[in-house]
Amino acid sequence: MKTPLSWLKDFVDLEGINLEELAHTLTVAGLEVEEIHYIGLPMPSGLQQTKVSGLSWDPEKLVVAEIRDVGPHPNADRLVLCRLYDGQQEHTVLTGAPNLFEYRGQGELKPPLKVAYAKEGAEIYDGHQDGMHKTVLKRTKIRGVDSYSMVCSAKELGISEEHEGIIFLPADTKAGTPLADVLGDAVLTIAITPNIARDANIYGVAREISALTGRKLKPMPTAVKAAGPSIKGKVRIDIQDKELNPRFVLGLIKDVEIKPSPAWVQQRLRLAGMRPINNIVDATNYAMLELGEPLHAFDYDVLVQRAGGKAPTIITRPAKQGETITTLDGVERKLDDFTVLVCDTAGSLSIGGIMGGLESEVTENTRNVLLEGASWNFINVRKTLVAQRMSSEAAYRFSRGVHPAMAPRGVSRGLELMRQWAGGVVNEGLVDKYPKPAKDLQIEISSADARRWLGVALTNKQIGDILKKLGFTIATQGKSLLVTVPDHRMDIETGVVGKADLMEEVARIYGYDNIPATRLADPLPPQHGNPPLELEERVKDLLARMGIQEVMTYRLTSPEEEARRLPPGTPPDDKPYVKLANVISQERTVLRKSLLASVLEIAERNARQRQRIALFEVGPVFHSSEETLPDELQRLVVVLGGQQQPAGWQAGDAAAYDFYAAKGVVAELLAGLGLHGLKYEPGAHPSFHPGKCARVVVGERQLAVFGELHPQVHSQYDLGSHTLQAITLNLDVLGELVPERFDSRPVPQYPPVIEDLALVVDESLPAGQVEAMIAQTGGNLLAGVALFDVFRGDKIGAGKKSLAYQLTYQHPERTLTDDEVAKLRDRIVRRITQELGAQLRA
Amino acid sequence: MENLQAIREQALAALNAVQDEVALEQWKVAQLGRNAALTQAMKNLGQLSAEERPLAGKQANEVKLALEAAFEEKRAALEGARLRASLSSEKLDVTLPGRSLALGRLHPITQTLRRINAIFAQMGFQVYRSRDVETDEYNFLLLNFPPNHPAREMQDSFYVEGGAPDNPTLLRTHTSAGQIHAMREYAAKDPKNPPPIRIVLPGMCYRFEQVSARSEVQFTQVEGLAVGENITFGDLKGTLTDFAQRFFNANVRTRFRASHFPFTEPSAEMDVECFVCGGAGCSVCKHSGWLEILGSGMVHPNVLRNGGYDPEKYSGFAFGMGPERLTMLRYRIEDIRYFWRNDMRFLEQF
Repeated sequence: MKTPLSWLKDFVDLEGINLEELAHTLTVAGLEVEEIHYIGLPMPSGLQQTKVSGLSWDPEKLVVAEIRDVGPHPNADRLVLCRLYDGQQEHTVLTGAPNLFEYRGQGELKPPLKVAYAKEGAEIYDGHQDGMHKTVLKRTKIRGVDSYSMVCSAKELGISEEHEGIIFLPADTKAGTPLADVLGDAVLTIAITPNIARDANIYGVAREISALTGRKLKPMPTAVKAAGPSIKGKVRIDIQDKELNPRFVLGLIKDVEIKPSPAWVQQRLRLAGMRPINNIVDATNYAMLELGEPLHAFDYDVLVQRAGGKAPTIITRPAKQGETITTLDGVERKLDDFTVLVCDTAGSLSIGGIMGGLESEVTENTRNVLLEGASWNFINVRKTLVAQRMSSEAAYRFSRGVHPAMAPRGVSRGLELMRQWAGGVVNEGLVDKYPKPAKDLQIEISSADARRWLGVALTNKQIGDILKKLGFTIATQGKSLLVTVPDHRMDIETGVVGKADLMEEVARIYGYDNIPATRLADPLPPQHGNPPLELEERVKDLLARMGIQEVMTYRLTSPEEEARRLPPGTPPDDKPYVKLANVISQERTVLRKSLLASVLEIAERNARQRQRIALFEVGPVFHSSEETLPDELQRLVVVLGGQQQPAGWQAGDAAAYDFYAAKGVVAELLAGLGLHGLKYEPGAHPSFHPGKCARVVVGERQLAVFGELHPQVHSQYDLGSHTLQAITLNLDVLGELVPERFDSRPVPQYPPVIEDLALVVDESLPAGQVEAMIAQTGGNLLAGVALFDVFRGDKIGAGKKSLAYQLTYQHPERTLTDDEVAKLRDRIVRRITQELGAQLRA
Repeated sequence: MENLQAIREQALAALNAVQDEVALEQWKVAQLGRNAALTQAMKNLGQLSAEERPLAGKQANEVKLALEAAFEEKRAALEGARLRASLSSEKLDVTLPGRSLALGRLHPITQTLRRINAIFAQMGFQVYRSRDVETDEYNFLLLNFPPNHPAREMQDSFYVEGGAPDNPTLLRTHTSAGQIHAMREYAAKDPKNPPPIRIVLPGMCYRFEQVSARSEVQFTQVEGLAVGENITFGDLKGTLTDFAQRFFNANVRTRFRASHFPFTEPSAEMDVECFVCGGAGCSVCKHSGWLEILGSGMVHPNVLRNGGYDPEKYSGFAFGMGPERLTMLRYRIEDIRYFWRNDMRFLEQF
C-alpha cells in the first residue's frame, strides 16, 4: 500500500516529524514500512532502518519553469523546441513529449505552461530505459540542436513509471521555485497483513500514526454539499442474498463535466500507484484510497435508458452457474453460482466488488453519475477472485474485509470529490439498503488480562486510553472495561478471542519494547526425551567418526530419477508413489521412495571432482498407504567409493573401499550401538551385485542390506572409475534392537596365551562358519578369534584356501598352563578337521 | 703425598684433552685401570707405616673419587654433544603438509539444528517431531486459517494426489502443523487438566515456489511451543532473547516487531542486532543494523482450544525459525541452493 506523506498530512499533523523514525514506529507496530520512496525531498544518509529509494532534487538544478511557446524542430517532426523561462533566463529546450504537440506553432502561450525543469547535471531517472535507472543529465546535441536540459515526465522524477508526456504543474506555481518545494514528497510502502486490512487506506494509516505518536487525528472527511433535489424515487435497490451482500448504497450527481482531474490529484494518484483517467473515475479511486471503501460509478442515463426511461432498479444476486459477463478488461467471464452480480432489469452490470462491465461505464459523454458503495462477504469475494483469476484495487480491499459502515461514507466522499472536480449538483441523500446490519461488538477486559497475556501491569485506565486512540469506545463495568469495537473494523471477535484481539492492540500501541522480558516461571513439563531422534544422532555421530560425510537431499524427486537405482528392466514394486497434484518442475513430481537414489545422485555430482566418496544420509522415504496419509519410514543410506583415505603426498593408504570396507562400516556402526554377533548372510537386492551383497537379518526382520553396486546400476550414473559400495539400513528396526545398556567386561589381570592357527579349507566353505565353530568350541576360555590372513596358491592346491587365525586364550582368575591351552587347541582342531574337513597347515 | 697430587693433576689435564668417547675409554684404562699410576699408588699403601697409612689411604681414595666424578662428567658431556649432533641431522621440513585424514562431518543444517535443539533443551524444551505429509486440517484449519482466508495466500502449498476434497493432503508448509498433534497428545494424558508443554519441533517443510538463491521448494524449520497456566508475552521475549544471545553472542540485542500469523496473537517478529557490523550497518543487514531471525507470538485462543487446552485457563507462546537462514547469516552463505546440492567443496567447510 503506497502512502504519500502529503496525503497523510491531510489527516494528521506531521510537522517536524522525522520520516525514518515514523517509518520505524509504524514497522514495530505491525505496519511494516517496506520502503520509503523519496520524491525530491532530502534523503537520509548512513544507517537505514528502512529501505529507501528515489531521488533528492538539487534545488538549483530542478526547478519550476514556464514554457512560453512551443515551436517546431527544424530537423525532426517528432520533436518540438520550447522557449522556456526558468526564473532567471530563457532557454531553448528540446522535447518529444506528445502532450506538448498541441501547443506547437500557437505563438506566445497565455498563460504559459508550468513544468518541471531539469538543468545540466541534475540527477533524474532515465525515461527511455525500461525499469527505473538513475542518470545524470549531460550536454549533448540532438539532430543538430544543442541540448543541455529537459522538461520532465513523471517517470523521470520518480513519481510513477509513466513516460507518455511531461507533467504539468499548477498554474499558480512560480518559475524558479525549487521543484522539491512544489512536488517534493515521500511515499511509504506499507505491507498490509490480513489483520490490518482496515489500514489499506490513507485515513487508516493516519489513525495508526495518531495513536502511535499522540498527534491529533482529524475527522473522517464524509461531508458532502448536496444542493440538488432528493435522490428519492430516482433509483431502487433489490438485494437478493443479504449474506453475500449485506449493504448497498447509491448516490447521484448530475451535470458533471468529464475532464482531467486537477494536477495535484493526478500527482497523488500516481504516487499511490494508480493511473489518472478522468475526474469521475479519479474521484472513485481517490475516495477508495483515502477511506478504504471501493466505489463504482455508473452512467445514470444509460441505466435509465435500459429501464425504458423509468427509474432504474439495481439488483444484486448470485449468478446462475455458467452465466457470462464481459468485464471492463474486455474478458468474457463464465461465472459460478456463488459469484454476486450487480444487475438492472435489463441484465448484468458488474461483478459485485470486483470489476465493472463494459456497458454502463462512465464515458466522456457521461453527464449524470450514479455512485455505488457496497459491502460484500469477503470470503465470497475471495473465492470469486480465485475462480476467475482476477485482481483489482477494489477486490484487494473487499477480499480482506471492508466494514458495511464504510459504504455511505465512501459514497458521500466520492460525490463531494466529483462535485469539486467535475462541477455538477449532488442530489440530496443516499439510497441505502442494509438488510444485514453489523452488530456492535462488545468485549469485557481488565488489567488482569494484560497481566495474564502480556505479563505487564497496566491499569484499566491505561488500557482504555490506548484503545480509545484507535477508535474503541470504553465504558467501565465493575472492575472491568466494556469495550465497543469501532465500525471500521472487522478483525475483532468476541469472547476470549476478542480479548486476545484487544491485547494485540494494547501491546502494539503500548510498545513491544516496553513489555519487560522475563524467563519462564511456569512449571516444567515431564521430561521424556526423544529416543528415535537420539538414536539417529548416535548413528550420525558414529558414521562421521568413520570419516563419512553427512548429506541432506531433496525429498521431492521423479520416478525417472529414482529408476536409475535399479538395473534396466527391473519389474516395478507394488508400492505406488506419493504423487504431487500440483507440480512446479518435472524433476520434482513425487515424494521419494528410495533414499539410495537420493544419495547416489549426490555421489554422482561429487564423483566428477573427488577421488573419495563417503556419504551418508538419514531421512524418510514415503510409501503410499491404505490410510489417508502415507507411511514415512526412517532410513539410513551410506555410499562409499574410491580411496578410503584421501590421497596425500606420501605413498600408502591408497586402499580403496571394497565390499569388506563396507562390511566393516556396518559392523563398527552396530558395535558402536552395542549390537554384537549379528548374523550376516548373502543378500539379494536388485541394486546390488548379486555375488557381492549381504544382509543382516534379525529374526524375521531385515535390518540392513549392503554390498557393491550392480554394474548395470553403476553404468546409469556418471561415476567415473569409482566402484561404489552402498549400505541401506532400516532405522525403525534398528531402534527396536539397540539395547538401552550393556554389561562391561573387566580388564584381565593375568597374561593371555596367544597362538596362531592356519587352516586349509575348501574354497566354498564360508569363513564365518569356521570362525563360529572355533569360537563355540573354545568356549569361555577363548577370549578372541581374529582372522589375519587369507591365502590361495599352488602350495595350498586348487579349490582350497588357507585361513589364518590368531587365538587368544584367557582365564579370568589365573594364568593358563601350557597343558590347558594345548588341550583346548586340540579340541578345536579336532572339531574343525572332522566336521569342516579343514586341514591344519604346517 | 705429593705424588698423589701430581697423579691427580696430570690425569685431569689428560681428561681435558679428551675429545671423543674412544679417547675417554682409553683415559679410563690409563688413569683408573689396573696399571694406572693411581692404582699402583694405592697398592703401595701397604708399605707405609701404620701411622701414615690411614691418611694416605684417605687421600688416595679422594683422588680416585675425584677422577671418577670427572670421568662421569666428561662422559655425560660427550654423550650430550653426540645426541645434539645426531638430532640436528634429523631435521624435517615442517612446512610439508600433514597427512590427510578423512574427517566425517555433519551437514551444516544438522549442526545448526543441534545447536538450536541444545539451547532450548537446556531451557526445558524437548524435541517433538511430526510428519512431512499432512492434512489441510492440521496444516491450516486447526491453526486458525479458515478456508479462503487471506492468510493462506502467504503459503503456497504442494498438494498430494488422492486427498479428500474437503480436507486435502499436502506437504506441510510449516512445522506449526505439529503443534496440534503435540497439544492433543499431551492433552490426552489428562484431558481435564492437561499438562504444560515445552517443545521444539524441527522438520522439513515445503512451499510451492520457484527455486532461487533465496528460496527453495523444501526447507527446514524449527517451531517452538510453550503452553501453561502462567505464560506471558514477556516470557516469549525473555526466552527468545536468551536463545539469540546463546546462538549468536552474549551481548547481542534483540528487537520485537508487531506482525501477523493466524495462529498467534499478539504476533511478533524478532530481529537481532547485526552480528557482522554490530548494528552499524553493512551489506549483510542491508544497512539496517538488524537481521530478521524468527516469527513468534502468543498462541491464538482458537489454536489452544483446537489442541485441547482451554484458552480461559491456559496461555502459551510459539515461534518458528529457519535453520537455513540462521546458517546463511552465521557463515555468510549467499545461495540457499548449496544446502541440498551437497557439493563436497561446500560441505567440507563446516
